[in-house]
Amino acid sequence: MTNLTKEETQALIAEVLEIYPEKAKKDRAKHLTVNDQSVEQSKKCITSNRKSLPGVMTIRGCAYAGSKGVVWGPIKDMIHISHGPVGCGQYSRAGRRNYYVGTTGINTFGTMNFTSDFQEKDIVFGGDKKLAKLIGEIETLFPLAKGISVQSECPIGLIGDDIEAVSKKASKELNKPVVPVRCEGFRGVSQSLGHHIANDAVRDWVLSNRDGDNSFQTTPYDVSIIGDYNIGGDAWSSRTLLEEMGLRVVAQWSGDGTLAEMELTPKVKLNLLHCYRSMNYISRHMEEKYGIPWVEYNFFGPTKIAESLRKIASYFDDTIKAGAERVIERYKAEYEAVIAKYKPRLQGKRVMLYIGGLRPRHVIGAYEDLGMEVVGTGYEFAHNDDYDRTIKEMGNATLIYDDVTGYEFEEFVKKIKPDLIGSGIKEKYIFQKMGIPFRQMHSWDYSGPYHGYDGFAIFARDMDMTLNNPCWGKMKAPWIKDEAAPAIAAAA
Amino acid sequence: MALRQCAIYGKGGIGKSTTTQNLVAGLAEAGKKVMIVGCDPKADSTRLILHAKAQNSIMQMAAEAGSVEDLELEDVLKVGYKDIKCVESGGPEPGVGCAGRGVITAINFLEEEGAYEEDLDFVFYDVLGDVVCGGFAMPIRENKAQEIYIVCSGEMMAMYAANNIAKGIVKYANSGGVRLAGLICNSRNTAREDELIMELARQLGTQMIHFVPRDNVVQRAEIRRMTVIEYEPTAKQADEYRALAQKIINNKMFVIPTPITMDALEDLLMQFGLMDEEDESIVGKTAAEEASA
Repeated sequence: MTNLTKEETQALIAEVLEIYPEKAKKDRAKHLTVNDQSVEQSKKCITSNRKSLPGVMTIRGCAYAGSKGVVWGPIKDMIHISHGPVGCGQYSRAGRRNYYVGTTGINTFGTMNFTSDFQEKDIVFGGDKKLAKLIGEIETLFPLAKGISVQSECPIGLIGDDIEAVSKKASKELNKPVVPVRCEGFRGVSQSLGHHIANDAVRDWVLSNRDGDNSFQTTPYDVSIIGDYNIGGDAWSSRTLLEEMGLRVVAQWSGDGTLAEMELTPKVKLNLLHCYRSMNYISRHMEEKYGIPWVEYNFFGPTKIAESLRKIASYFDDTIKAGAERVIERYKAEYEAVIAKYKPRLQGKRVMLYIGGLRPRHVIGAYEDLGMEVVGTGYEFAHNDDYDRTIKEMGNATLIYDDVTGYEFEEFVKKIKPDLIGSGIKEKYIFQKMGIPFRQMHSWDYSGPYHGYDGFAIFARDMDMTLNNPCWGKMKAPWIKDEAAPAIAAAA
Repeated sequence: MALRQCAIYGKGGIGKSTTTQNLVAGLAEAGKKVMIVGCDPKADSTRLILHAKAQNSIMQMAAEAGSVEDLELEDVLKVGYKDIKCVESGGPEPGVGCAGRGVITAINFLEEEGAYEEDLDFVFYDVLGDVVCGGFAMPIRENKAQEIYIVCSGEMMAMYAANNIAKGIVKYANSGGVRLAGLICNSRNTAREDELIMELARQLGTQMIHFVPRDNVVQRAEIRRMTVIEYEPTAKQADEYRALAQKIINNKMFVIPTPITMDALEDLLMQFGLMDEEDESIVGKTAAEEASA
């Protein structure tokens, strides 16, 4: 199927909105748009970061998810307490594939669940004493933990527990950072506020811990990776490129990261920001307070990698600039071979995406490197600065959807008939059952890494094995006549 | 006789607990089977019946036992004067935790344990001063107290509070069956207090069910952790509580209240001389400004 024109896409949006009651239609219309690269500011065409409508299927998370699950959780040598009833901690335990090295339970704690397991009496009498006790027990059982964060679940905000006072006292007693985080799930409209709250907690309780301490030997080439959660090892395949070009990666925020790395970050020369949405706050703060510039980069696919390496190098001297060229050259044969192998099998295939923080725009280049085209994209919890950055990446007349509802997404897919959908676990089986090849783009479908040149090879292989899997040709039941065959099966 | 569930509300310090216990003693003396459920973290709603300082509360015992599921009814239900059954919901120290949740948990526990299934004529909920959150409205939700008595006196703030409580009742009256059953005037010996409260009751669409005069015997009994009826059955004040008890037994006037506006309330207060006519020209003026004017 050929791509829709601007008018056709507009008509599609109108048609999908038709089913809603008047008020819902008016609201949802603001979150759907036809891309127009000439638009400079996305606020002219799309509304974002608003409360989801009741009754629609939204896949957003909460502030606790944004703080505990995304920002704090991957810091591997700290213990993150899910403070409140047991469920939030247990159902977010080890759910993200943020890989780390270390001995779990000894010096790293990423896949474990620590919770205060609130009972009725803790609600009524307050949980401060229990929290203090829990922190003491952690110190006894896991003395190598470098610090503790207290991730507030909803009830903490309702009953007004003073977790700041408990944290301050415990921090003094243990001589370790104990960080209270007010990320109660009911705050804000999505996990996005949780990212912000988590960034603020890092700012207030961690970042200045080594101000005035100059014992750390710095170099002119010190950088930190900000907003890479090391899903399937992404940060590792990014880090190697930076090191090969001559930079020294002091910190990884926060995938496979440590408390010491975060504390040392104010000493770096440049902050490299991958996930803008979840960590622009702390990057801006470091720029203001420590004068550290930050630069956004994109390590998906060779085109964007080369662009990003050169952009990063532009902040440094000629050694690093030469280093960037050397790295690009070194991997050239490798990525060209990947493209030569997979492009013929993927050329012209059309993709629809619906993901979280940065990928709805960052992976577009990687698909394009393989000759594919992203015809629709959207974010769960973006703000307008994300859409500002998306407009230029997407083709004209493509579809952009914010906090898309289950209904809208299905209807768009039925009409646009993409060859591949990249989204999350909640969407996966719906679309697979519709006969459409699907990749999970939060967890990399238990594969990865996808960042860097190494990651690109895996990305290309995964897209090929999904799209060109022979199963899609077998979707038609033998007793169904040809005319009822699903469109995708027929096309495959 | 079917079980009647009543809740006593009113401004903090107005004498809700004292009035409730004295009145319940009157009911018990008249042969009624009564239970008092204290819904206040202070847990002082049953001391005059039990001659105790403060009864062990449901929440306190649940915290000690581990969880509320570990408790048995007999652990928390105490029997005092004339077989009056007493429970206290209990709750946290001021400034921590959630007292409202304590009330909810305690009342749910009593229901699950069948505390209401016994042969009871009356349950009285003695509730903390203001309905500050959903927890303290628990006693007036569906299938709980159907009759609300507001204790008040002829003081401005007590009447403000009574009017606010009436507003709360309207909200729950529409979703459940709760009704305002009357104002109990616990006298502070202010001028024309009975007339004032009767007028307030009229405007709220209810009645002043009884005027309880001020009498030091109440305090004398209270020092001994006793109700007046038990301490000095022949005292005139004992008869007042007996009269209140009889009026409640015979009460048929259950209404959805008609709370009045602030202006109407202020008019009423001015009419009875409790408040001066407002002088717009002095609003926001400091003493210094007034002196220089």
